[in-house]
Amino acid sequence: MADAEEGPTGSVSEPLDLVRLLLDEVVFVKLRGDRELKGRLYAYDSHMNLVLGDVVETIYLIDEDEEDEDIKTTTKKSEMLFVRGDSVVLVSPQTSS
Amino acid sequence: MAFPIQYHIATLYALKMAGFWTFFKTLIDHEVTIELKNDIQIRGTLKSVDQYLNIKLDDIQVVEELKYPHLSSVKNVFIRGSVVRYVHLPAAAVDVPLLEDATRREAANQAGKGK
Repeated sequence: MADAEEGPTGSVSEPLDLVRLLLDEVVFVKLRGDRELKGRLYAYDSHMNLVLGDVVETIYLIDEDEEDEDIKTTTKKSEMLFVRGDSVVLVSPQTSS
Repeated sequence: MAFPIQYHIATLYALKMAGFWTFFKTLIDHEVTIELKNDIQIRGTLKSVDQYLNIKLDDIQVVEELKYPHLSSVKNVFIRGSVVRYVHLPAAAVDVPLLEDATRREAANQAGKGK
């Protein structure tokens, strides 16, 4: 009970505190428009604007040509990337490769 | 090199006040590539940024010019912050430890406000 009260940089009481714990870790970011990013989290703010390093972007393009629905993926790399928060759907710790 | 004193004043600033605006100010006069939500990518020199992260770019070039020919004669642009998806940054111009520090401070600040 009492442990919900925290010091200035301690513990988790708000959703954004979970993101703070991911600073300098490799994270998985899901974005609007069928895009995903993996990269090291260097910065964020309350809008979920992000700066990521060594980023791999995966774009899913769904081809709805008649019967077979192909999903094509494109990947792009970027050394340092600012992501505007309004495109962000979720941020999660990266577990598998 | 071009960025010593100005750069450090700007980053010290970033430690004190609102995050990404001041961060972008440290990148003024650097070359960036902005990817818009309509997939157009524009490369140019960052000339100014405001609190909404509206951006002014000089000497622009559209990355896939053949696909998006309509901007080929445009030299300078103002980009409304809300249409930006990504800004590809010059990694060499970003001080990562300082950026992480500024983020932690900002987070602590925000937590204080919530009480």
